[in-house]
Amino acid sequence: MAGKNIIEKIWQDHVVSQEAKHPAVFAIDFALLHEVTSAQAFEELEARGLKVWDPNRFLATIDHSIPTRHDRHIIHDEAAKKQVELLRMDTQKHEIRYYGFGSTHQGIVHVIGPELGVTQPGMTIVCGDSHTSTHGAFGALAFGIGSSTLTHVLATGCILLQKPKVMQVEFKGHFRKGVFSKDAIMKLIAEIGIKGANGHVIEYCGEAIKKMSMEERMTICNMSIECGAKAGLISPDQTTYEYIRDRKFAPSADNWDRAVIHWNNFYSDPGCAYDKSIVIDLDTLHPMVTWGTNPGQAIQVNESIPELTDLHAEQRISAERALDYIKLKPGDAIQDTPVDWTFVGSCTNGRISDLRIVAKILQDRRVHPNVTMYIVPGSEAVLEQARNEGLDEIFINAGADFRMPGCSMCIGMNDDKVPPGKRCISATNRNFVGRQGPGSKTHIASPATVAASAIEGKITSAEKYL
Amino acid sequence: MEKITHLKGLAIPLDMDDIDTDLIVPAQYLTSVTKSGYGKHLFQRLRDSDPDFFLNQEKYNNANVLIARENFGCGSSREHAVWALQQAGIQVIVAISFADIFTDNCTNNGLVLIQLIKEVVEDMLMHASKEEYIISVDIQQQLLSTSHDETFNFEMDEFYKHRLLNGLDRLGYLLANKHDIEQYRKQHADKHFVATED
Repeated sequence: MAGKNIIEKIWQDHVVSQEAKHPAVFAIDFALLHEVTSAQAFEELEARGLKVWDPNRFLATIDHSIPTRHDRHIIHDEAAKKQVELLRMDTQKHEIRYYGFGSTHQGIVHVIGPELGVTQPGMTIVCGDSHTSTHGAFGALAFGIGSSTLTHVLATGCILLQKPKVMQVEFKGHFRKGVFSKDAIMKLIAEIGIKGANGHVIEYCGEAIKKMSMEERMTICNMSIECGAKAGLISPDQTTYEYIRDRKFAPSADNWDRAVIHWNNFYSDPGCAYDKSIVIDLDTLHPMVTWGTNPGQAIQVNESIPELTDLHAEQRISAERALDYIKLKPGDAIQDTPVDWTFVGSCTNGRISDLRIVAKILQDRRVHPNVTMYIVPGSEAVLEQARNEGLDEIFINAGADFRMPGCSMCIGMNDDKVPPGKRCISATNRNFVGRQGPGSKTHIASPATVAASAIEGKITSAEKYL
Repeated sequence: MEKITHLKGLAIPLDMDDIDTDLIVPAQYLTSVTKSGYGKHLFQRLRDSDPDFFLNQEKYNNANVLIARENFGCGSSREHAVWALQQAGIQVIVAISFADIFTDNCTNNGLVLIQLIKEVVEDMLMHASKEEYIISVDIQQQLLSTSHDETFNFEMDEFYKHRLLNGLDRLGYLLANKHDIEQYRKQHADKHFVATED
């Protein structure tokens, strides 16, 4: 009998029931809540006279629309203030744990889940946010849902789901200097395109994945949605277990051995089948940067923007539109393009290892006078760690603005926006038209590439600074 | 959810691939705590930048069908995109393909997505850009017909079809499976290791 891949094993473990020609009733182990997509879910729950099935299976925080100023407790935006207040009240009413400002655990949902030890192998995790795939780094099946489906989870702990197809992505070879896991996932998206994995869950594997830290793996899984995947995950190993051990909601010492035995069930059998397989070679990979207005429109920093004639007919129109918006020309080198803004943060690159690499590059150097640099930690825990390591002083001495935790300039829902017409190189996940503010032009890259570009005031790779 | 058996109306040609949910409704308009008030911000960026955009043309005021190309609804999981489309009057979207989370959100709200092959969609886009192009949808027959006397069969998830024809929502189905869910939880209680104490 053919072996099973990890996704089939998690699927099998979570199907409650399935009638013929119906989607499965599928059990969700945990859901994360934030202030922008939860209110409507609670409203529906209450309108139907339903209760939360188990408050211990939920965790709420504020991240999307909150300010990142140092006096962020004062929210000037009335709408954002209302969202935050309502989430606090809804979670209090339904006895769900809520981490607000100054709780020491507030932060971006996909940063705090793992750092609190909530994210564990073999689990199913949902959140009203498409970057929920981040939690897949732990061998969990995690994906974004809308507010209505969140109501289903609040009320029943289940959703209706069709079995997804599975794509295997192998990263082989080694990273060159200045190349990071962000570049690896950007390379995959550029290779297969932004709909290349539609209808699939991706399993990432290969020697390069095995050697990665949990934070590097989270960056990989985080961007799965950018090639259309429902989720992306990595089989758990010793690195996973060591990361989880002793975290706030990790299994207690008494339960640890039983938990590990359970987690060890979630791996892909040798020779198991996949619906699609792809290999990405890292040996020849250089730092990546986007040139257009979707994450698939990306090249290596040392390459030129494609000529329209070199693109497939379907890609040509969107490339033309993108270049018209981003004000660059086919055939131009991307390197040395002047930038006005630089940003490091988000659920993709707002963790301590991201800030460490940025600090290493900025140490004893200055951000270019034409450039504004925002560095936003992913959580209060990341902020505290950065301060303990003295990274805050390095950032401030370099002339960067080191702010308070939140989604910030990745989504531009608060005041953190790239002004109209300005160009930003950003360690985030999306470069859609206006994503960082109306009229903003975004180039996605790794934190190292962003830091190096901040120093020079133009797009450049970090190799010479490392 | 309301029962839907037939839909008919004027089609808007939106000749674009990869229409993401940020484009459908930008993040700065996600500030409400209710499901209403998003229709006026549908495609706000295109409305602002292009005076000829369909939402700026009076003739499309009562249009309820949208025709687009590949990967409609990619990106952010915001259900606000579906609410914005519906509140602006859109009931049917015809495209070559749709993104996954967007599809899931549509099936919770009764927005009908019809996937047709590229050649057909391109023809429809051409007709809709040149004339008053009316599209009729028969859910029971899974049949789309046009004012150009074309008819096309389309695929539809059987469970969604059943729910549309009978006005049933998914939550009702899940609640009806309460017994199975309780059994499952009992059997799997010892497989959950997230600590509950601070």
